[in-house]
Amino acid sequence: MEHSSNHLLSVILFTPLVGALLLLFIPRESQNLHRLVGNLFGVLGFIASLSLLIHFPAGSAGYEFKEAADWIPSIGARYSLGADGISVLLVMLTTLLGMLAIASSWSAIQQRTKEYYILLLLLQTGMLGVFLSLDFFLFYVFWEVMLVPMYFLIGVWGSERRLYAAIKLFLYTLAGSVIMLLAILALYFNYAKTLPQGAMGTFDIPTLLAAAQQFPDSLKTWLFWGLFFAFAVKVPMFPFHTWLPDAHTEAPTAGSVILAGIVLKMGTYGFLRFSLPLLPTDAALRAKIIHMVIALSLISIIYGAVVCLRQKDTKRLLAYSSVSHLGFCTLGIFALTPQGLAGSVLQQINHGISTGALFLLFGVLYERRNTSLICEFGGLATPMPNFAAIYLIISLSSLGMPLLNGFIGEFTILQGVFSVSKTWAAWASVGIVLGAAYLLWLYQRTMLGPITHEANKSLPDLNPREYAVLLPLVALAFWIGIYPRPFFAYLEKPVQRIVQQVNPAFYQLTTSPSRTSSISFSSPTSNPVSPN
Amino acid sequence: MNSSGYFLSHLWLIPFFPLVSAAVMFFFGRRLPKDAVNLFCVGSVFLSFLHAMGATLKLFSLPADQRVYQQILFQWVTPGAMPTSTGLVNFVADWGCLLDPLSCVMVIVVTFVGFLIHVYSTGYMAHEGGYYRFFGYLNFFMFFMLTLVLANNLLLLFVGWEGVGLCSYLLIGFYFLKKSADDAGKKAFIVNRIGDAGFLLGLLLVAATFGTVRFTSQGLADPTAFSGILQSLASMVAQHQLAHGASVFTTIALLLFFGATGKSAQIPLHAWLPDAMEGPTPVSALIHAVTVVTAGVYLVARMSAIFQLAPVAMDIVAIIGATTAVFAATIALVQTNIKKILAYSSISQLGYMFLALGVGAFAAGIFHLMTHAFFKALLFLGAGSVIHSLSGQQDIRKMGGLRYTIPATSVPFIIATLAITGVPGLSGFFSNDQILGHAFNRHMMVDRYLALWVLGLITAGLTSLYMFRLLFETFYGMSRIPVESEGHIHESPKTMAVPLMILAFFSIVSGWLALPVLWGEQSPFERFLEPSLRGVEKDAGSITFGHHTLLVEYALMAGLVAFVVLGFWLAYKLYLEQPKLHTKLAASWPRLHNLLVHKYYVDEIYDALFVNRIKDLSTALSFFDSKVIDGLCLDGAGWLVRAFSRISMWWDKWVVDALVNTLGWFPKFLSMPVRMFQTGVFSTYAVFILIGLAILLGVYGHHVQTFMRTLH
Amino acid sequence: MMPIGHYLFLSLALFLIGVIGVITRRNVIIVLMSIELILNAVNINLVAFSRYFGDVAGQVFALFIIADAAAEAAVGLGIIIAFFHNRETVLADEMDLLKW
Repeated sequence: MEHSSNHLLSVILFTPLVGALLLLFIPRESQNLHRLVGNLFGVLGFIASLSLLIHFPAGSAGYEFKEAADWIPSIGARYSLGADGISVLLVMLTTLLGMLAIASSWSAIQQRTKEYYILLLLLQTGMLGVFLSLDFFLFYVFWEVMLVPMYFLIGVWGSERRLYAAIKLFLYTLAGSVIMLLAILALYFNYAKTLPQGAMGTFDIPTLLAAAQQFPDSLKTWLFWGLFFAFAVKVPMFPFHTWLPDAHTEAPTAGSVILAGIVLKMGTYGFLRFSLPLLPTDAALRAKIIHMVIALSLISIIYGAVVCLRQKDTKRLLAYSSVSHLGFCTLGIFALTPQGLAGSVLQQINHGISTGALFLLFGVLYERRNTSLICEFGGLATPMPNFAAIYLIISLSSLGMPLLNGFIGEFTILQGVFSVSKTWAAWASVGIVLGAAYLLWLYQRTMLGPITHEANKSLPDLNPREYAVLLPLVALAFWIGIYPRPFFAYLEKPVQRIVQQVNPAFYQLTTSPSRTSSISFSSPTSNPVSPN
Repeated sequence: MNSSGYFLSHLWLIPFFPLVSAAVMFFFGRRLPKDAVNLFCVGSVFLSFLHAMGATLKLFSLPADQRVYQQILFQWVTPGAMPTSTGLVNFVADWGCLLDPLSCVMVIVVTFVGFLIHVYSTGYMAHEGGYYRFFGYLNFFMFFMLTLVLANNLLLLFVGWEGVGLCSYLLIGFYFLKKSADDAGKKAFIVNRIGDAGFLLGLLLVAATFGTVRFTSQGLADPTAFSGILQSLASMVAQHQLAHGASVFTTIALLLFFGATGKSAQIPLHAWLPDAMEGPTPVSALIHAVTVVTAGVYLVARMSAIFQLAPVAMDIVAIIGATTAVFAATIALVQTNIKKILAYSSISQLGYMFLALGVGAFAAGIFHLMTHAFFKALLFLGAGSVIHSLSGQQDIRKMGGLRYTIPATSVPFIIATLAITGVPGLSGFFSNDQILGHAFNRHMMVDRYLALWVLGLITAGLTSLYMFRLLFETFYGMSRIPVESEGHIHESPKTMAVPLMILAFFSIVSGWLALPVLWGEQSPFERFLEPSLRGVEKDAGSITFGHHTLLVEYALMAGLVAFVVLGFWLAYKLYLEQPKLHTKLAASWPRLHNLLVHKYYVDEIYDALFVNRIKDLSTALSFFDSKVIDGLCLDGAGWLVRAFSRISMWWDKWVVDALVNTLGWFPKFLSMPVRMFQTGVFSTYAVFILIGLAILLGVYGHHVQTFMRTLH
Repeated sequence: MMPIGHYLFLSLALFLIGVIGVITRRNVIIVLMSIELILNAVNINLVAFSRYFGDVAGQVFALFIIADAAAEAAVGLGIIIAFFHNRETVLADEMDLLKW
């Protein structure tokens, strides 16, 4: 299907930006108008992306809704957008969480509302651009554009050590991005070299990545590591993770939600989209690289979970749990199997839902008590029973309880990893056990037992706006847990395409003769797969 | 579908009823009156029970080899292609129900005993807060348990498996204001999670080996269109791809068994069950006697086809089972909390079941599971009734002589005690005898099984000892109840007493299914289960039993009875005839006594070895995070940057700037005189302008004059 | 008709008063007023010569200068007020920023 005349992606991309521009013309004093316009454009952005979900042709493997225009012809940079199944899910996550994050700020933000909503909407556009760009230059621009509002959101509306956290975030990510820029340029010039004299180079992502297959292994290795750092910082992977706890602890609720829910996914998305095709062809070299990344992933899983046990601050704890959960995502990606990849993307969505909701929940508490220290809470189930119930469901979804979303993702990843190495899967399963430990312990310390602080005795339960923000996420958690097929349907073909590109050996596992002779296997539901 | 009748084709309704009612409780429970809660929650389980009965009866009416019914509701997890030992397959786990003799037994036991416990709870919990919440949890629990036993594949079984774990977390921690309850719930969940990790890995290995997690393709409308573990196992064995004793079978079996040790509280993951007694007593009965803990037994039986091909794993199952049985029984000897004694008794009895499974007597294990469900539920509910009438007292040292004050509780309790200890004629006798008989038969083939049989006998003796101790301490002898609470003793309400009677009835008769053994025939229960537990390999290497004559059978029974009587006699001597004697006995072996009182220090050892070490590790890693990564690397990098910036500032100031400044000094010096005119005050400039004007006029003034003249 | 000398004398007197004011007064507002005087001296000169020669151009220029003076006064006063906001002074000898 060719949608060249369709500008749907641009509409999705720039809806928040229009909102931000509109906000510029609203006087500083009319705070409720800021809130109204911010929320309106959050919702509009979500609605726009819904039409993407509806019109996206199921079972499509490549990019759809492509649009392109010349942008900086002198260097060959173009404004070109496109979305495949993976991007669609991530875009949906972005618009949904963006909308909820904006909605959650209604009463939490009292100062400088105009700037706040402008920055949030700008951030939204930046993140959407990362997931939609088909041009490396454009991608890089959005990648960096997104950083600035994040910096200000933390630096202006954060808690005590906000400046430290904001600068740390900025420097950390910038350091990675600079190396990425070099890698992008290397990719660009090495591709330009292969062209006939006088031909213009391009930043077109599919073209460059396809061309990169022909590059010598040494160059591919360099390019891989060049991109790796930018993505590893964003994910974040051990040992590049220490900006996240600080950023989460200091950021305002909406910032944390977006940070955990979406920004981290930009790293995994980068791995998936750009790093994998740059893996060297030589089997030994490739195995070495993969083993290193897998080792880092496994360390992240266990390290993050273990460190969680000793945290005194809820947001910090959740930050480390993100490190652990994202370790699963990278693990799945670098297993290079369809299940690993599909599970990884699904787990990214799940993490966005669960951890996003957890941050929203602690945001609710923060708004009431102005603290996020664990020791300040305790026994909250008595004054806030509904809060406790939703929090329990979300905790369970985060720790991988079947019938909720986390389980499907973790299981699929484990299955993909297991078929590559049983040892990896075994180590990853340690993370599952620890996950239950720290989340339940946190739940116990905040919700159960007698009330320890006088101030907690009369906390009001959730109000309708908070329900409206939280319940969609709870519903999604159940949906993915009980009927994940629609999500797998979006992922199946793109994932298959990636695996065919980067790990063609996988699909050469042809069916053995014994298989066809066995009646029990010639079935529609467990039929042999043929790559198409 | 039509031929299978209403009950079979609506199999999915069995777990669905409790789910609906649980949902109603969670959403609207707070606003519902107690009667409505009762109606919904007890009614839904009763409906489940009716449907289970209907389905079972329908299944009975079929010929023995067709007693499998399966339905697939929808495809659930479809993550895509997966490499297996035989090539790529699309992995699919569906949401479906499977009813075969094995799940039949489980579903009947669970719904029936579950129903009785629900009824009992309406009385027991009548005065507790959070009534709707309790019943919501209980129904939710029933949903997961029924999902577990009706699951048609391993992944769905895992859903139930985790779900019951969650519900036991919620129910154990029902009194959430009590820290010990929260701790116990959390411990139960986390210890189970450790086992679950093993289960999950085993499940993945099953999937990777067989390409499917569906138990069997039998019972579907078109069995050839779907693959099942059983079928693919059969074809693999038939084609000699995998043989008896293959390491993959052993690995699968051990991983799944590790999961089972968590759920069924076997060594090394037994530590959660005694703590779980923090929950309300009906919960202890439901979860820790009838359902959750038997899930492990069910899992092993369900996967018996694989276990039968993994002799090493079977041995380990048997050894763990027998060891746990003796281990827990010895602890039960000295405990003083009535519920803890029963908890350890459960662990011990479950060990017994695993002993049965491990020696290959799957049917005997399931048989014991069933009889145990009746009498252990009865014991727990009886204990609950005792506690209820003593207003919360759980310490048996403060009971005694209750036989006459609460007869409606004591009579069923006595029956249950007789049943569990294995007094001939009651259910426990038959199941114990079956297990020991099979263990003995195995010993006839392989000598090393003798030890297992002996351990089994010892357990029977110990069981008799601690159960009679419990009975004597609670219901016989002198009352040791504190005087101030003596007056409050009251008989439990009918809702509690009637379930006790029904359970007592089944504690007696449920064993009679094995009566034909007495005249040397196969028990009908075993024959009924046989199709489910048959395995795939008929001849080579499968588990073989020796055959003993009827005479040996009677001798074995006599041996069992002898041990039971020995236990009874000891208990009578120590606790009833000379009540001082047991304290003396404890005093003469203080170390042993302490060891048992402290449960072999397992909790302490685990804390020291694992829990505290992980906390230490966490501290160390947090330190690493803040000091090494942030401190050394980041702040180090920051320090380097600052140092470098200081150097370049110095360079700028003293080299670059100095040079420029020197150059700038020359024009500055030269411009000195001119700058004196620059006062910066504009009036001065105005004066200069004026002076300039005056000079101009002075010099060119005559030109102006001339010009003026020309105007005229 | 009065001889032109009278006009020129008046103009000269005004001009000198203005110049002396500009040079000697410290208050910038008075300096500004003095500049107005100078401008008016020029105006008188222009009008007088215009009349003397019968050429209207001079009067037109005088009108221009009046408009210009008004604008200048406005801008000048604005600057002074802004300056006063910043420095709290309107004294000329304290305004020595033009140095360097």
